[in-house]
Amino acid sequence: MIYRDSKTILEVRGLRASVDGVEILKGLDLTVKSGEVHAIMGPNGSGKSTFSKVLAGHSAYEVTGGSVLFEGRNLFELVPEERARAGVFLAFQYPIEIPGVANSQFLRLTYNTVQAQRGRDELDPLEFDDFVREKMKLLEMNPDFLERSVNEGFSGGEKKRNEILQMALLEPRLAILDETDSGLDIDALRIVSNGVNHLANKDNAMVLVTHYQRLLNYIVPDYVHVMEAGRIIKTGGKELALELETRGYDWVSAERKAAMEVAA
Amino acid sequence: MNTVRVPATIAEGYLESLLAGQPRLPASPLAWLNKLRADAVDRVGVLTVPTLRDEEWRFTDISPLTKLSFHPASEPARLHPADIERFYIEEANTRLVFVDGVYAPQLSSVAADGVVVANLGAAATDRAIAAHLGQHATFHDNVFAALNTAFLHDAALIMVPHNMTAGAPVHLLFIATQREAASYPRCLLLAESGSAVTLIEDYVALQEAAYFTNAVTEIALADNARVDHIRVQREGAQAFHIANCAVSLARASRYHSVSVALGARISRYDLNVLQTAEGTQCTVDGLALIANNQLADTHTCIDHAQPHGVSRQQHKCIVGGSAHAVFNGKIMVRPGAQRTDSSQASHNLLLSGSAHVDTKPQLEIFADDVKCTHGATVGQLDSEEVFYLRSRGLSESAARNMLTYAFGAEIIERIPVASLRHRLAQTVLQQTTIQP
Repeated sequence: MIYRDSKTILEVRGLRASVDGVEILKGLDLTVKSGEVHAIMGPNGSGKSTFSKVLAGHSAYEVTGGSVLFEGRNLFELVPEERARAGVFLAFQYPIEIPGVANSQFLRLTYNTVQAQRGRDELDPLEFDDFVREKMKLLEMNPDFLERSVNEGFSGGEKKRNEILQMALLEPRLAILDETDSGLDIDALRIVSNGVNHLANKDNAMVLVTHYQRLLNYIVPDYVHVMEAGRIIKTGGKELALELETRGYDWVSAERKAAMEVAA
Repeated sequence: MNTVRVPATIAEGYLESLLAGQPRLPASPLAWLNKLRADAVDRVGVLTVPTLRDEEWRFTDISPLTKLSFHPASEPARLHPADIERFYIEEANTRLVFVDGVYAPQLSSVAADGVVVANLGAAATDRAIAAHLGQHATFHDNVFAALNTAFLHDAALIMVPHNMTAGAPVHLLFIATQREAASYPRCLLLAESGSAVTLIEDYVALQEAAYFTNAVTEIALADNARVDHIRVQREGAQAFHIANCAVSLARASRYHSVSVALGARISRYDLNVLQTAEGTQCTVDGLALIANNQLADTHTCIDHAQPHGVSRQQHKCIVGGSAHAVFNGKIMVRPGAQRTDSSQASHNLLLSGSAHVDTKPQLEIFADDVKCTHGATVGQLDSEEVFYLRSRGLSESAARNMLTYAFGAEIIERIPVASLRHRLAQTVLQQTTIQP
């Protein structure tokens, strides 16, 4: 939701980034304020996922230009774990499986690490168990998931629910959801969306990276951005998503080319 | 073994020096035991110390061992329970303690639960012992087994009577306290028909200088017997640890072993499992977790000599620093051993650029109706997994530790003794923390 006196959480200016020497992001601009939900849409290869990974600090993505301020701090001065502790959260498109590590152990360690960094109390295993079970209800997750290895053998929907559970535990200021809707059936999509809606408040912000409009029926964005060739080329309200769904992405780039020709 | 004779000056003089204290060993009242020792002494005189030119030792250079001189342990220091309590395992109600290879009755405790547990010196009158001791771990071609047998004096004997299920694990604790000492731990476990027992064989040290442990364990399972055998090698950092274990499986018996190698500068463990009748099952799991300049070599042979045998093997190595791990896993399926079902996996994790692993599955199959699979992998920590954990707030070292731990946990979790499992899990976490 757009609030009048909201603070700027994320300010991206002219961001350029490469993977293996190939430039993917070519001058991306974006401003996200607290309370807002942004959707970034675009065809495959437009750089959406690269943008997500750059924000989270993946080392395979090299930032070659521009700036990103997170709550006024230079994000690129922080290593990935510092970003997470400061309040940046990336829900992975493909959550990693970690055989041999119990989900409960992983969740408690990450929770306590972040709590300690934020100067808050850590929870012992029993306290944490009560706490996480409450959070799991929000995502209609069976407590059995605590005993299993992290994401191992989870279905696509279960993995995505586990991502949102981590988001609920870590209480980020900025959550980036990378293709969270991919691979979800309609029930899982509803559950995951409910969870995200429940977690969104006036002090945090969500960036939904998605290929399809479907997710936006459940999580209603304040802004929809269209990405093409490493830049945001059009921004609108939630109705832009519906228009993209019916007309595809091509008309946006056609419109943009026409506008550029007029300007020339 | 294909033994190439090495220059007599080094190797033979070395074995002679190791044997130097042997004549001081008091004669046993048992004639067969004296003969066994004498035969072993003779055999040491014929055999040589293996070198890299021996096929079975080609990855494991034990020349550092021969550069040091070791003497038989002298009268061991009198330890108090407080010195060693930290090694106790709460589930075990029977514990035999050997200090530098010498039985320490004041530190041991034997529960009166029907399982016969004793030191060889005290109970060697049982005829069953004569029929088994030295008969499974033969020393004809094995100089270290021969040396151990030459020094055979104190030994842990465990006999589980017919159809008895031992209520609690038996803990054998071998403690090294003397520098430059050679000790010869020995163990014989006889599981009579239908019996079940858990044995924990545990090697620890109270000092960090070089010493030499040369251990032999023999385990005989009668029909339908079940043995869980947990072996923890956590010797001192400069130790040399060479051990041979021979297991004999009678009809429909089940043997499960988990061996964990953490300590020693150079360690070598040879486990030979022989299936002597139909329908046996064995599971052989191992974990080596080493760093710095450690070398840990595990050689196993599962010998399917009879039909309808099942074997499962999973061996893992976590190698940091400039350490070197070796795994050689032989699966033998003899002619006529039809319907053998065998699988073997060797997975290895290298934590540094100078860590090194040699893994060699070795299948020798002479029967045609069998199912045998094997596989080996060598890899490093997955950078995507590390990134995932860091993106959740864990430091890079915490992330790497968690993943390393997870790699080893699969083996640790198979230990059927909870307190030992938890302790080893902690050890793995701590040991991974100090990796470069």
